[in-house]
Amino acid sequence: MTTTRFQQLISRNQAALSARRKIVNAVMLSLTGALTLLALVPLFWIIGYVFYKGGSSINLAFFIKLPGPLGVAGFGVLNAIEGTLVMTLLACVFAIPPGVLAAFYAARYPNTPLGIVLRFSTDVLSGVPSIVVGLFVYALVVKAQGHFSAFAGGLAIAILMLPTIIRTTEEMLKLVPPTLREGSLALGAAEWKTSLSVVFPAALNGIITGFLLSISRAAGETAPLLFTALGNEHYDVWQMIVSGIAQKQNVFQILNRILDQPADSLPLTLWKYASQPYPERVQQSWAVALVLMILVLLIEIIARVWVESRKRALQG
Amino acid sequence: MDNKTAVAKPEIVGTKPASKMAIKNLSVFYGKFRALAEINITIQSNKITAIIGPSGCGKSTLLRAFNRMNDLTASARMEGEIILDGENINASGVDVVDVRRRVGMVFQRPNPFPKSIYDNVAYGPRLYGIHRKNDLNEIVEKSLHQSALWDEVKDKLHQSGLSLSGGQQQRLCIARALAVEPEVILMDEPASALDPISTLRIEELMHDIVKDYTIIIVTHNMQQAARVSDYTAMMMIDDHRAGQMIEFDETQVIFTNPKDKRTEDYVTGRFG
Amino acid sequence: MTKHIMPMSEDRGPRRFQKLIRHGDIPWQVILIIMSVVVMVLMIAIGWMLWQQSQHARTQFGWSFLIPTSDANWDPVNNHFQSWPFIYGTLLTSLAAIVLAVPISLGIAIFLAELCPAWLRMPLNWLVELLAAIPSVIYGLWGIFVFLPAVVTPVGDFIGNTIGKVPVLSILFAGPIPESGSSRLAAAMVLTIMIVPTITAVTRDVLLSIPDNQREASQALGSTKWESIWQVLLPYGLSGILGAVILGLGRALGETMAVTMVIGNSIEGNLSLLKPGYTMASIIANEFAEAVTPLHIEALLEIGLTLFFITLVLNIIARLLVWSVAQRTPQDARV
Repeated sequence: MTTTRFQQLISRNQAALSARRKIVNAVMLSLTGALTLLALVPLFWIIGYVFYKGGSSINLAFFIKLPGPLGVAGFGVLNAIEGTLVMTLLACVFAIPPGVLAAFYAARYPNTPLGIVLRFSTDVLSGVPSIVVGLFVYALVVKAQGHFSAFAGGLAIAILMLPTIIRTTEEMLKLVPPTLREGSLALGAAEWKTSLSVVFPAALNGIITGFLLSISRAAGETAPLLFTALGNEHYDVWQMIVSGIAQKQNVFQILNRILDQPADSLPLTLWKYASQPYPERVQQSWAVALVLMILVLLIEIIARVWVESRKRALQG
Repeated sequence: MDNKTAVAKPEIVGTKPASKMAIKNLSVFYGKFRALAEINITIQSNKITAIIGPSGCGKSTLLRAFNRMNDLTASARMEGEIILDGENINASGVDVVDVRRRVGMVFQRPNPFPKSIYDNVAYGPRLYGIHRKNDLNEIVEKSLHQSALWDEVKDKLHQSGLSLSGGQQQRLCIARALAVEPEVILMDEPASALDPISTLRIEELMHDIVKDYTIIIVTHNMQQAARVSDYTAMMMIDDHRAGQMIEFDETQVIFTNPKDKRTEDYVTGRFG
Repeated sequence: MTKHIMPMSEDRGPRRFQKLIRHGDIPWQVILIIMSVVVMVLMIAIGWMLWQQSQHARTQFGWSFLIPTSDANWDPVNNHFQSWPFIYGTLLTSLAAIVLAVPISLGIAIFLAELCPAWLRMPLNWLVELLAAIPSVIYGLWGIFVFLPAVVTPVGDFIGNTIGKVPVLSILFAGPIPESGSSRLAAAMVLTIMIVPTITAVTRDVLLSIPDNQREASQALGSTKWESIWQVLLPYGLSGILGAVILGLGRALGETMAVTMVIGNSIEGNLSLLKPGYTMASIIANEFAEAVTPLHIEALLEIGLTLFFITLVLNIIARLLVWSVAQRTPQDARV
């Protein structure tokens, strides 16, 4: 039987070509697996090292004492811990309500002019470098007030959190089946009631995960705090509250004291200690890194476990 | 040119083997679920064999067994023999890549690559080491002629394949499959997504090329099966939702004088 | 890609107004609109503020503030500012990071999307995500004391002794690398680790959004799995992958803390990767809190403006590219 032209063309070293194709296939596919493993190396290396180096200088005093002179034991980074908590909380207060509400709009009316501009702005904001946001808040708040403050720091972090919150909330809201919305509206419920008591709870798990991940990012931010919160070795919220009560100040005055002065945060302290030439300070920065790492890991794990358990609950 | 791991073709002097492909006692499992139960069927060379049956009876699964496309589904498992030219291609150590060149496939919805028309058709030959412009031009032209698309695209070979109409895209996919000169062509409801005129063109095409190829077609359109095929296989689901081969015979017989009542019910439109 | 369920289409005109009036919907809509406008205003405000507050610096130095020059002189004492060294440092470290990160990210994304067994997918995705969650300062800390001595310095020595001696290439690769390892190379390598998760996640999603019929078509023609990936899937998703890369580039350009801690913060004239350098973000981070003269502050703000503008443009391009792949395949995406 005559061979066709095609058969003639491919019959030249088909065996060799075929073998080569298989080898290339095996090599390249293995390479992708190898690269994946490679990516995990720094992850475990960093986490492991932080635990190892930081673990040796963690003690109780670390968590409950303010910083003290170099070389003297029994001091800690309470100011940084409290600063982180205060500013992160503040950032949540500033970012979550507007973020969620804007997300409602984006999910409901994605193609209106405002919807398009909103989604565009969110994307743009998510790409702004954190240090630029710091500059912005500096010009807006610090310059106007004349001093650095926890308030300014919290605001800067809020701006950084905002795009992530909007985006994840929007995606979660869009996943809610339209039939749920329509059912509620058909029963006569108002638009706002439908959104808040029907759609929002349905998307809540995913939204909370989004919050958690934003918080984790917020807690680790340093650059925007460099010239907004600046740092403060004497920041002690508990003491402010106690002395405020003793001086018969009302809630707002106490709040003002807490927010209106410069504050430290864990990442900020880490940076300051790490750049100092004293080995003890460097050792402390590892300890701070450990605290920060534990915080971030905890949030990531909780968020992931939460998602998985809700998923499993839904599947029954 | 014997490649050790390719399916070796038996040396036959004179006549070709009568059956091109055969399936013996094939069962296909997705995880624990058995989708096909003990299928037996023989496919004759240079003939068109149609597989018909109600929706969900496993026609596509059976079709995809012929070129081991079920392997692409992670949970799929095939037990039994799939025979191409006398060799079982469902055995371990068989070069699946080579099988797929010899047994080509056209899908229900046209799926051209987002490349030019030329590059779509040339994709296969390039895999097999053909790179010279002249050779590729020749192959592309021949394949497009065979799929009755050449006249419509010869002046725009470098436009994207996606710029064609649905019917044209499907003929492009046929040309693409033909470019590597398979021995068997599997067609999974090739015209179901197309308009009647495109459908007819594809049926004409099948008649034209069957002298060089063996064709197996899955269709839910009984008139089509009656029009184009030489042999027809009737499938249905059994009580355990597994697909079974109910009857297999010449098309004439299946449509005018079926042996199984269920076949008769189906082809006369009493159900399905 | 998350499944996209379209919200109910908005009614127009009178019916919509009727709906709004009912039961307190107006205040609700108003609140939503206000919040959305706030977001938009925020974006504009940042750009506007940076533009405004850097006014004097801009008018005084004009475009020569930004252009490459060997006369670069960042001199707070004499109030003369030129930002080319920082722009150069930012571009070099970020581009080097991209060159290193793209093949790695591509490989990982291919593995996660096409090869990974289902049970492994979630844990691996999470682990890669975790890399992105580690705060920048911790990368910096680990960088200075662990990564630089262990990896960067040896690599730098090697490069300095090989490519660094080759005539033309030595402009970029001349050694020797400082003993501490602080160099643009260090910044590039740490940046690589930091941007790989970003590029990987988006690329993986792009690949997952390519409909299965493409894979089927390719494999049915007798391609090996790699050939399907390399010759069909990657070209299909190319614009999206490009978008992923640009997103990664944007992240690298704006990265501050880790880079500041390992790059050496020096504006000596050498162009080489192996030498210490400075980036736009780093100079702001290091000098802003202490800047005294208004011109100094404005010069730093102008750098911030430049950074804002570059990342803005890149972000837009990236989004458009990623969006264009999704547009091609609205319904058939493999979820």
